[in-house]
Amino acid sequence: MENLKTLYTAIVEGDAKTAKAVAESAIAAGVPPQQLLNEIMIPAMDEVGRLFEANEYFVPELLISARAMKWALEVIKPHLIAGGAQPAGRVAIGTVKGDLHDIGKNLVAAMLEGGGFEIIDLGVDVGADQFLEAYRTKQVDIVALSALLTTTMPSMKQIIDEFKAAGVRDKVKIIVGGAPVTAEYAGEIGADGYSENASSAVTLARSLVGAG
Amino acid sequence: MHPLMARLAATAPVITDGAWGTQLQARGLPIGACPDAWNLTHPEQVQAVAAAYVAAGSRIILTNTFGATRINLARHGLADQAVAINRAGAELSKAAAGDQALVFASIGPSGKMLMLGETSAEELAAAFAEQATALAAGGADGIVVETMSDLDEARLALAAAKATGLPVVVSMTFSAGKAKDRTVMGVTPEQAAVALEEAGADAVGANCGLGIEEVVPICARLHAASALPIWIKPNAGLPVLVDGVARYNTGAAEFVAHVPALLAAGASFIGGCCGSTPDFIRALAATVATGAPQEAPS
Repeated sequence: MENLKTLYTAIVEGDAKTAKAVAESAIAAGVPPQQLLNEIMIPAMDEVGRLFEANEYFVPELLISARAMKWALEVIKPHLIAGGAQPAGRVAIGTVKGDLHDIGKNLVAAMLEGGGFEIIDLGVDVGADQFLEAYRTKQVDIVALSALLTTTMPSMKQIIDEFKAAGVRDKVKIIVGGAPVTAEYAGEIGADGYSENASSAVTLARSLVGAG
Repeated sequence: MHPLMARLAATAPVITDGAWGTQLQARGLPIGACPDAWNLTHPEQVQAVAAAYVAAGSRIILTNTFGATRINLARHGLADQAVAINRAGAELSKAAAGDQALVFASIGPSGKMLMLGETSAEELAAAFAEQATALAAGGADGIVVETMSDLDEARLALAAAKATGLPVVVSMTFSAGKAKDRTVMGVTPEQAAVALEEAGADAVGANCGLGIEEVVPICARLHAASALPIWIKPNAGLPVLVDGVARYNTGAAEFVAHVPALLAAGASFIGGCCGSTPDFIRALAATVATGAPQEAPS
Protein backbone atom coordinates (compact mmCIF):
# COMPACT_ATOMS: atom_id res chain seq x y z
CA MET A 1 0.00 0.00 0.00
CA GLU A 2 1.44 3.33 -1.11
CA ASN A 3 0.10 5.04 1.98
CA LEU A 4 1.86 2.67 4.34
CA LYS A 5 5.16 3.11 2.54
CA THR A 6 4.77 6.82 3.37
CA LEU A 7 4.48 5.95 7.06
CA TYR A 8 7.67 3.88 6.84
CA THR A 9 9.55 6.71 5.14
CA ALA A 10 8.19 9.31 7.55
CA ILE A 11 9.55 7.37 10.54
CA VAL A 12 12.92 6.70 8.91
CA GLU A 13 13.25 10.36 7.96
CA GLY A 14 11.91 11.64 11.27
CA ASP A 15 8.87 13.44 9.85
CA ALA A 16 6.57 13.22 12.88
CA LYS A 17 3.67 15.19 11.37
CA THR A 18 3.43 12.96 8.32
CA ALA A 19 3.85 9.82 10.44
CA LYS A 20 0.93 10.88 12.62
CA ALA A 21 -1.28 11.89 9.67
CA VAL A 22 -0.64 8.66 7.74
CA ALA A 23 -1.23 6.53 10.84
CA GLU A 24 -4.54 8.33 11.39
CA SER A 25 -5.73 7.83 7.82
CA ALA A 26 -4.63 4.18 7.83
CA ILE A 27 -6.59 3.49 11.02
CA ALA A 28 -9.60 5.34 9.55
CA ALA A 29 -9.32 3.18 6.41
CA GLY A 30 -9.49 0.08 8.58
CA VAL A 31 -5.91 -1.12 8.50
CA PRO A 32 -5.39 -3.34 11.57
CA PRO A 33 -3.18 -1.49 14.10
CA GLN A 34 -1.17 -4.64 14.77
CA GLN A 35 -0.30 -4.80 11.08
CA LEU A 36 0.77 -1.13 11.06
CA LEU A 37 3.01 -1.74 14.04
CA ASN A 38 4.59 -5.01 13.01
CA GLU A 39 4.85 -4.59 9.25
CA ILE A 40 5.58 -0.87 8.94
CA MET A 41 6.54 0.93 12.11
CA ILE A 42 8.87 -1.54 13.81
CA PRO A 43 10.67 -2.33 10.53
CA ALA A 44 11.09 1.44 10.05
CA MET A 45 12.77 1.75 13.46
CA ASP A 46 14.91 -1.27 12.58
CA GLU A 47 16.06 0.61 9.49
CA VAL A 48 16.85 3.63 11.68
CA GLY A 49 18.95 1.34 13.87
CA ARG A 50 20.73 -0.04 10.81
CA LEU A 51 21.52 3.49 9.57
CA PHE A 52 22.88 4.34 13.01
CA GLU A 53 25.11 1.27 13.05
CA ALA A 54 26.29 2.17 9.53
CA ASN A 55 27.27 5.67 10.70
CA GLU A 56 24.77 7.29 8.39
CA TYR A 57 22.67 8.38 11.36
CA PHE A 58 23.89 9.89 14.63
CA VAL A 59 22.07 10.77 17.83
CA PRO A 60 20.07 13.71 16.39
CA GLU A 61 18.63 11.54 13.59
CA LEU A 62 17.84 8.76 16.09
CA LEU A 63 15.94 11.24 18.21
CA ILE A 64 13.82 12.71 15.46
CA SER A 65 12.94 9.24 14.15
CA ALA A 66 12.05 8.11 17.68
CA ARG A 67 9.77 11.15 17.95
CA ALA A 68 8.02 10.32 14.65
CA MET A 69 7.59 6.74 15.88
CA LYS A 70 6.15 8.00 19.15
CA TRP A 71 3.61 10.24 17.40
CA ALA A 72 2.44 7.37 15.20
CA LEU A 73 2.35 5.01 18.20
CA GLU A 74 0.11 7.44 20.09
CA VAL A 75 -2.36 7.27 17.21
CA ILE A 76 -2.54 3.48 17.07
CA LYS A 77 -2.12 2.73 20.79
CA PRO A 78 -5.82 3.06 21.80
CA HIS A 79 -6.74 0.74 18.92
CA LEU A 80 -4.06 -1.76 19.89
CA ILE A 81 -5.30 -1.80 23.47
CA ALA A 82 -8.94 -2.05 22.34
CA GLY A 83 -7.86 -5.05 20.26
CA GLY A 84 -6.33 -6.65 23.34
CA ALA A 85 -2.71 -6.22 22.23
CA GLN A 86 0.00 -5.97 24.86
CA PRO A 87 3.03 -3.68 24.70
CA ALA A 88 6.31 -5.37 23.74
CA GLY A 89 7.18 -5.28 27.41
CA ARG A 90 7.51 -3.01 30.40
CA VAL A 91 10.92 -1.54 31.26
CA ALA A 92 11.97 0.18 34.48
CA ILE A 93 14.96 2.33 33.61
CA GLY A 94 17.23 4.49 35.75
CA THR A 95 20.73 5.86 36.28
CA VAL A 96 22.25 4.00 39.21
CA LYS A 97 22.95 5.21 42.75
CA GLY A 98 25.59 7.92 42.97
CA ASP A 99 25.30 8.88 39.31
CA LEU A 100 23.36 11.97 38.22
CA HIS A 101 23.82 11.72 34.44
CA ASP A 102 20.68 11.21 32.46
CA ILE A 103 21.36 11.84 28.76
CA GLY A 104 22.25 8.23 27.95
CA LYS A 105 19.38 6.89 30.01
CA ASN A 106 16.91 9.26 28.32
CA LEU A 107 18.15 8.26 24.88
CA VAL A 108 17.70 4.57 25.62
CA ALA A 109 14.24 5.26 27.07
CA ALA A 110 13.24 7.19 23.92
CA MET A 111 14.45 4.40 21.64
CA LEU A 112 12.78 1.65 23.70
CA GLU A 113 9.54 3.60 23.63
CA GLY A 114 9.88 3.85 19.86
CA GLY A 115 10.40 0.09 19.85
CA GLY A 116 7.00 -0.44 21.44
CA PHE A 117 8.04 -0.82 25.07
CA GLU A 118 6.28 0.80 27.97
CA ILE A 119 8.78 2.84 29.98
CA ILE A 120 8.85 3.51 33.70
CA ASP A 121 11.55 6.14 34.14
CA LEU A 122 12.89 6.10 37.70
CA GLY A 123 15.25 9.03 37.05
CA VAL A 124 18.83 9.38 38.32
CA ASP A 125 20.62 8.27 41.50
CA VAL A 126 18.33 5.24 41.73
CA GLY A 127 19.07 2.58 44.34
CA ALA A 128 18.23 -1.13 44.46
CA ASP A 129 15.20 -0.52 46.68
CA GLN A 130 13.58 1.71 44.05
CA PHE A 131 14.21 -0.79 41.26
CA LEU A 132 12.81 -3.59 43.45
CA GLU A 133 9.77 -1.47 44.28
CA ALA A 134 9.15 -0.85 40.56
CA TYR A 135 9.51 -4.57 39.87
CA ARG A 136 7.03 -5.47 42.62
CA THR A 137 4.37 -2.87 41.92
CA LYS A 138 4.54 -2.40 38.15
CA GLN A 139 5.07 -5.92 36.76
CA VAL A 140 8.28 -5.00 35.04
CA ASP A 141 9.79 -7.35 32.44
CA ILE A 142 13.13 -5.60 32.13
CA VAL A 143 15.24 -3.51 34.48
CA ALA A 144 17.64 -1.21 32.59
CA LEU A 145 20.62 0.26 34.47
CA SER A 146 22.67 3.20 33.22
CA ALA A 147 25.98 4.61 34.51
CA LEU A 148 28.25 7.25 33.01
CA LEU A 149 30.99 7.16 35.61
CA THR A 150 33.53 4.43 36.22
CA THR A 151 33.05 5.22 39.89
CA THR A 152 29.33 4.42 39.88
CA MET A 153 29.49 1.21 37.85
CA PRO A 154 29.80 -0.88 41.04
CA SER A 155 26.24 0.26 41.91
CA MET A 156 25.07 -1.92 39.00
CA LYS A 157 26.47 -5.00 40.69
CA GLN A 158 24.91 -4.01 44.02
CA ILE A 159 21.49 -3.68 42.39
CA ILE A 160 21.78 -7.08 40.72
CA ASP A 161 22.92 -8.58 44.03
CA GLU A 162 19.90 -7.07 45.80
CA PHE A 163 17.56 -8.68 43.26
CA LYS A 164 19.28 -12.00 44.05
CA ALA A 165 18.98 -11.44 47.79
CA ALA A 166 15.27 -10.66 47.35
CA GLY A 167 14.87 -13.98 45.53
CA VAL A 168 13.50 -12.39 42.34
CA ARG A 169 16.61 -12.25 40.15
CA ASP A 170 15.22 -14.89 37.76
CA LYS A 171 11.85 -13.14 37.44
CA VAL A 172 13.21 -10.15 35.58
CA LYS A 173 15.80 -9.42 32.88
CA ILE A 174 18.47 -6.89 33.83
CA ILE A 175 20.31 -4.98 31.11
CA VAL A 176 23.15 -2.50 31.54
CA GLY A 177 24.80 0.26 29.52
CA GLY A 178 26.67 3.56 29.66
CA ALA A 179 29.98 4.97 28.50
CA PRO A 180 32.33 2.97 30.77
CA VAL A 181 30.29 -0.27 30.73
CA THR A 182 31.52 -3.16 28.60
CA ALA A 183 30.11 -6.55 27.63
CA GLU A 184 32.78 -8.14 29.85
CA TYR A 185 31.69 -6.10 32.84
CA ALA A 186 28.04 -6.95 32.18
CA GLY A 187 28.96 -10.63 32.19
CA GLU A 188 31.07 -10.28 35.30
CA ILE A 189 28.24 -8.77 37.36
CA GLY A 190 25.64 -11.23 36.08
CA ALA A 191 23.53 -8.94 33.88
CA ASP A 192 21.32 -10.53 31.22
CA GLY A 193 22.49 -8.19 28.52
CA TYR A 194 24.60 -5.22 27.53
CA SER A 195 24.09 -2.70 24.78
CA GLU A 196 26.75 -0.41 23.38
CA ASN A 197 24.24 2.21 22.26
CA ALA A 198 20.61 3.30 22.46
CA SER A 199 19.73 1.76 19.12
CA SER A 200 20.91 -1.76 19.84
CA ALA A 201 19.27 -1.59 23.28
CA VAL A 202 15.95 -2.07 21.46
CA THR A 203 17.14 -5.24 19.70
CA LEU A 204 18.51 -6.50 23.00
CA ALA A 205 15.29 -5.79 24.92
CA ARG A 206 13.18 -7.47 22.23
CA SER A 207 15.35 -10.58 22.25
CA LEU A 208 15.07 -10.81 26.04
CA VAL A 209 11.29 -10.66 26.12
CA GLY A 210 10.96 -12.90 23.09
CA ALA A 211 9.30 -10.15 21.04
CA GLY A 212 10.98 -10.86 17.83
CA MET B 1 41.23 37.16 16.62
CA HIS B 2 41.56 38.42 20.19
CA PRO B 3 44.98 40.12 20.64
CA LEU B 4 45.90 37.83 23.57
CA MET B 5 45.17 34.76 21.43
CA ALA B 6 47.27 36.19 18.60
CA ARG B 7 50.19 36.76 21.00
CA LEU B 8 49.90 33.24 22.41
CA ALA B 9 49.63 31.63 18.99
CA ALA B 10 52.79 33.46 17.92
CA THR B 11 54.70 31.63 20.67
CA ALA B 12 53.21 28.18 19.95
CA PRO B 13 53.41 25.45 21.00
CA VAL B 14 51.89 26.50 24.31
CA ILE B 15 51.68 23.88 27.06
CA THR B 16 48.35 23.79 28.86
CA ASP B 17 47.46 21.57 31.82
CA GLY B 18 46.32 18.03 32.61
CA ALA B 19 43.32 16.41 34.31
CA TRP B 20 41.73 17.94 37.42
CA GLY B 21 39.09 15.47 38.59
CA THR B 22 41.50 12.62 39.23
CA GLN B 23 43.93 15.02 40.96
CA LEU B 24 41.17 16.18 43.30
CA GLN B 25 40.17 12.57 44.00
CA ALA B 26 43.79 11.85 44.94
CA ARG B 27 43.43 14.72 47.44
CA GLY B 28 40.32 13.24 49.00
CA LEU B 29 37.36 14.29 46.80
CA PRO B 30 34.81 11.54 47.45
CA ILE B 31 33.34 9.61 44.54
CA GLY B 32 29.99 11.09 43.52
CA ALA B 33 30.70 14.44 45.23
CA CYS B 34 30.54 17.71 43.30
CA PRO B 35 34.15 18.64 42.35
CA ASP B 36 33.30 22.27 41.64
CA ALA B 37 31.92 22.77 45.17
CA TRP B 38 35.46 22.22 46.47
CA ASN B 39 36.29 25.77 45.27
CA LEU B 40 34.36 26.92 48.34
CA THR B 41 34.79 24.03 50.78
CA HIS B 42 38.41 22.93 50.06
CA PRO B 43 40.02 25.91 48.30
CA GLU B 44 43.54 24.95 49.43
CA GLN B 45 43.25 21.55 47.71
CA VAL B 46 41.98 23.09 44.47
CA GLN B 47 44.76 25.66 44.48
CA ALA B 48 47.29 22.88 45.10
CA VAL B 49 46.20 21.12 41.89
CA ALA B 50 46.54 24.36 39.95
CA ALA B 51 49.95 25.02 41.54
CA ALA B 52 51.16 21.50 40.62
CA TYR B 53 50.45 22.22 36.94
CA VAL B 54 52.14 25.62 37.08
CA ALA B 55 55.20 24.02 38.69
CA ALA B 56 55.19 21.30 36.03
CA GLY B 57 55.47 23.89 33.27
CA SER B 58 51.92 24.76 32.18
CA ARG B 59 51.77 28.15 30.48
CA ILE B 60 47.99 28.03 30.60
CA ILE B 61 46.07 26.39 33.43
CA LEU B 62 42.34 25.83 33.54
CA THR B 63 39.94 26.10 36.48
CA ASN B 64 37.90 23.70 38.59
CA THR B 65 34.66 24.92 37.04
CA PHE B 66 33.95 22.35 34.31
CA GLY B 67 30.58 21.39 35.82
CA ALA B 68 29.66 24.72 37.37
CA THR B 69 26.73 26.02 35.35
CA ARG B 70 23.68 26.33 37.56
CA ILE B 71 22.12 23.54 35.48
CA ASN B 72 24.86 21.06 36.49
CA LEU B 73 25.08 22.35 40.06
CA ALA B 74 21.32 21.88 40.52
CA ARG B 75 21.91 18.11 40.55
CA HIS B 76 23.84 18.64 43.78
CA GLY B 77 21.40 21.24 45.14
CA LEU B 78 23.99 23.98 44.61
CA ALA B 79 22.43 26.05 41.79
CA ASP B 80 22.27 29.17 43.95
CA GLN B 81 26.03 29.00 44.52
CA ALA B 82 26.94 29.09 40.83
CA VAL B 83 28.37 32.61 40.90
CA ALA B 84 30.43 32.04 44.06
CA ILE B 85 31.79 28.68 42.86
CA ASN B 86 32.86 30.05 39.47
CA ARG B 87 34.36 33.21 40.83
CA ALA B 88 36.33 31.27 43.47
CA GLY B 89 37.49 28.78 40.82
CA ALA B 90 38.98 31.56 38.70
CA GLU B 91 40.54 33.26 41.75
CA LEU B 92 42.17 30.02 42.97
CA SER B 93 43.76 29.31 39.59
CA LYS B 94 44.90 32.94 39.29
CA ALA B 95 46.50 32.80 42.73
CA ALA B 96 48.36 29.61 41.76
CA ALA B 97 49.36 30.97 38.35
CA GLY B 98 50.87 34.23 39.58
CA ASP B 99 52.92 35.63 36.73
CA GLN B 100 54.00 32.14 35.59
CA ALA B 101 50.89 31.13 33.70
CA LEU B 102 47.60 32.39 32.28
CA VAL B 103 44.23 31.12 33.42
CA PHE B 104 41.69 29.95 30.84
CA ALA B 105 38.54 29.13 32.76
CA SER B 106 36.69 25.93 31.96
CA ILE B 107 33.06 25.73 30.86
CA GLY B 108 31.75 22.21 30.25
CA PRO B 109 28.49 20.96 28.75
CA SER B 110 25.25 21.34 30.71
CA GLY B 111 24.55 17.61 30.70
CA LYS B 112 21.11 18.33 29.26
CA MET B 113 20.16 17.68 25.67
CA LEU B 114 18.54 20.50 23.73
CA MET B 115 17.08 18.08 21.18
CA LEU B 116 15.25 16.09 23.84
CA GLY B 117 13.76 19.29 25.19
CA GLU B 118 15.53 18.72 28.52
CA THR B 119 16.64 22.35 28.42
CA SER B 120 16.03 25.35 26.20
CA ALA B 121 18.35 27.67 24.30
CA GLU B 122 17.24 30.48 26.63
CA GLU B 123 18.00 28.50 29.78
CA LEU B 124 21.41 27.43 28.44
CA ALA B 125 22.32 30.96 27.32
CA ALA B 126 21.43 32.36 30.74
CA ALA B 127 23.37 29.65 32.61
CA PHE B 128 26.49 30.05 30.47
CA ALA B 129 26.29 33.86 30.74
CA GLU B 130 26.11 33.65 34.53
CA GLN B 131 29.09 31.28 34.62
CA ALA B 132 31.23 33.24 32.13
CA THR B 133 30.56 36.55 33.90
CA ALA B 134 31.58 35.08 37.27
CA LEU B 135 34.74 33.55 35.77
CA ALA B 136 35.70 36.90 34.26
CA ALA B 137 35.01 38.63 37.58
CA GLY B 138 37.34 36.11 39.24
CA GLY B 139 40.16 37.28 36.96
CA ALA B 140 40.26 34.65 34.19
CA ASP B 141 42.46 35.60 31.21
CA GLY B 142 40.42 33.53 28.77
CA ILE B 143 37.66 30.94 28.61
CA VAL B 144 37.71 27.35 27.31
CA VAL B 145 34.37 25.88 26.32
CA GLU B 146 35.27 22.19 26.34
CA THR B 147 34.10 18.59 25.89
CA MET B 148 31.17 19.73 23.75
CA SER B 149 29.20 17.31 21.55
CA ASP B 150 26.37 19.51 20.34
CA LEU B 151 27.24 22.47 18.07
CA ASP B 152 24.16 24.41 19.16
CA GLU B 153 25.12 24.15 22.83
CA ALA B 154 28.76 24.99 21.97
CA ARG B 155 27.64 28.09 20.10
CA LEU B 156 25.47 29.24 23.02
CA ALA B 157 28.40 28.83 25.43
CA LEU B 158 30.74 30.59 22.99
CA ALA B 159 28.40 33.57 22.65
CA ALA B 160 28.09 33.85 26.44
CA ALA B 161 31.87 33.59 26.90
CA LYS B 162 32.63 36.14 24.17
CA ALA B 163 30.34 38.66 25.80
CA THR B 164 32.92 38.95 28.61
CA GLY B 165 35.48 40.32 26.14
CA LEU B 166 37.94 37.51 26.92
CA PRO B 167 39.48 35.24 24.24
CA VAL B 168 37.50 32.02 23.87
CA VAL B 169 38.62 28.51 22.88
CA VAL B 170 35.93 25.99 21.89
CA SER B 171 36.92 22.34 22.08
CA MET B 172 34.71 19.39 21.18
CA THR B 173 34.96 15.67 21.92
CA PHE B 174 35.33 13.48 18.84
CA SER B 175 35.02 9.80 19.69
CA ALA B 176 31.82 8.52 18.09
CA GLY B 177 31.13 6.65 14.89
CA LYS B 178 33.07 3.89 13.22
CA ALA B 179 36.08 6.06 12.49
CA LYS B 180 35.88 7.74 15.94
CA ASP B 181 35.89 11.09 14.18
CA ARG B 182 32.45 12.46 15.10
CA THR B 183 31.01 13.88 18.25
CA VAL B 184 28.17 11.87 19.79
CA MET B 185 25.84 14.26 17.95
CA GLY B 186 27.53 13.41 14.64
CA VAL B 187 29.58 16.60 14.20
CA THR B 188 32.78 16.22 12.14
CA PRO B 189 36.00 18.16 12.82
CA GLU B 190 35.39 20.13 9.61
CA GLN B 191 31.84 21.09 10.60
CA ALA B 192 33.03 22.11 14.07
CA ALA B 193 35.98 24.17 12.81
CA VAL B 194 33.94 26.04 10.21
CA ALA B 195 30.89 26.67 12.41
CA LEU B 196 32.88 27.76 15.46
CA GLU B 197 35.20 30.04 13.49
CA GLU B 198 32.13 31.61 11.94
CA ALA B 199 30.59 32.04 15.40
CA GLY B 200 33.65 33.96 16.58
CA ALA B 201 35.84 31.44 18.43
CA ASP B 202 39.48 32.52 18.90
CA ALA B 203 40.72 28.92 18.79
CA VAL B 204 39.09 25.54 18.15
CA GLY B 205 40.07 22.15 19.37
CA ALA B 206 39.50 18.60 20.49
CA ASN B 207 39.69 17.24 24.02
CA CYS B 208 38.84 14.04 25.87
CA GLY B 209 37.41 10.96 24.17
CA LEU B 210 40.55 9.85 22.36
CA GLY B 211 44.16 9.13 23.20
CA ILE B 212 46.95 11.26 21.75
CA GLU B 213 47.73 8.96 18.83
CA GLU B 214 44.10 8.89 17.65
CA VAL B 215 43.72 12.65 17.99
CA VAL B 216 46.52 13.46 15.51
CA PRO B 217 44.32 13.07 12.38
CA ILE B 218 41.49 15.01 14.11
CA CYS B 219 43.95 17.84 14.78
CA ALA B 220 45.07 17.83 11.14
CA ARG B 221 41.46 18.03 9.95
CA LEU B 222 40.60 20.91 12.32
CA HIS B 223 43.74 22.71 11.14
CA ALA B 224 42.94 22.17 7.46
CA ALA B 225 39.39 23.47 7.91
CA SER B 226 40.19 26.60 9.91
CA ALA B 227 42.69 29.44 10.12
CA LEU B 228 42.38 29.49 13.92
CA PRO B 229 44.97 28.13 16.37
CA ILE B 230 44.23 24.52 17.36
CA TRP B 231 43.81 23.45 21.01
CA ILE B 232 44.34 19.73 21.77
CA LYS B 233 43.96 17.88 25.09
CA PRO B 234 43.79 14.10 24.58
CA ASN B 235 43.24 11.47 27.24
CA ALA B 236 46.10 9.39 28.58
CA GLY B 237 45.03 6.52 26.34
CA LEU B 238 41.72 4.73 26.71
CA PRO B 239 40.46 3.66 30.12
CA VAL B 240 40.79 0.03 31.11
CA LEU B 241 38.77 -1.27 34.01
CA VAL B 242 40.74 -2.95 36.76
CA ASP B 243 38.51 -4.24 39.57
CA GLY B 244 35.85 -1.77 38.48
CA VAL B 245 38.22 1.21 38.66
CA ALA B 246 39.28 3.05 35.49
CA ARG B 247 42.99 3.06 34.73
CA TYR B 248 44.54 4.92 31.83
CA ASN B 249 47.12 2.88 30.06
CA THR B 250 49.31 5.50 28.40
CA GLY B 251 52.25 6.71 30.48
CA ALA B 252 53.81 10.16 30.20
CA ALA B 253 56.75 8.92 28.07
CA GLU B 254 54.48 7.19 25.58
CA PHE B 255 52.21 10.25 25.51
CA VAL B 256 54.94 12.70 24.57
CA ALA B 257 56.32 10.36 21.90
CA HIS B 258 53.32 11.46 19.80
CA VAL B 259 53.84 15.18 20.40
CA PRO B 260 56.00 15.78 17.29
CA ALA B 261 53.23 14.27 15.14
CA LEU B 262 50.65 16.43 16.89
CA LEU B 263 52.73 19.56 16.29
CA ALA B 264 53.17 18.59 12.65
CA ALA B 265 49.39 18.24 12.44
CA GLY B 266 49.05 21.88 13.45
CA ALA B 267 48.45 21.90 17.22
CA SER B 268 49.25 25.25 18.89
CA PHE B 269 48.08 24.39 22.40
CA ILE B 270 48.80 20.98 23.92
CA GLY B 271 47.83 19.48 27.24
CA GLY B 272 46.13 16.37 28.59
CA CYS B 273 42.62 15.35 29.58
CA CYS B 274 41.41 12.34 31.63
CA GLY B 275 44.18 10.29 33.19
CA SER B 276 46.95 12.85 32.64
CA THR B 277 48.93 14.25 35.58
CA PRO B 278 51.56 16.93 36.31
CA ASP B 279 54.17 14.33 35.22
CA PHE B 280 52.66 14.43 31.72
CA ILE B 281 52.95 18.22 31.67
CA ARG B 282 56.58 18.07 32.86
CA ALA B 283 57.39 15.60 30.07
CA LEU B 284 55.47 17.72 27.56
CA ALA B 285 57.32 20.89 28.57
CA ALA B 286 60.68 19.12 28.25
CA THR B 287 59.73 17.69 24.86
CA VAL B 288 58.62 21.03 23.49
CA ALA B 289 61.70 22.78 24.89
CA THR B 290 64.13 20.41 23.20
CA GLY B 291 62.06 19.39 20.20
CA ALA B 292 62.42 15.71 21.09
CA PRO B 293 60.46 13.33 23.32
CA GLN B 294 61.95 13.10 26.82
CA GLU B 295 61.73 10.39 29.42
CA ALA B 296 59.12 11.25 31.98
CA PRO B 297 60.60 12.00 35.39
CA SER B 298 59.70 9.18 37.75
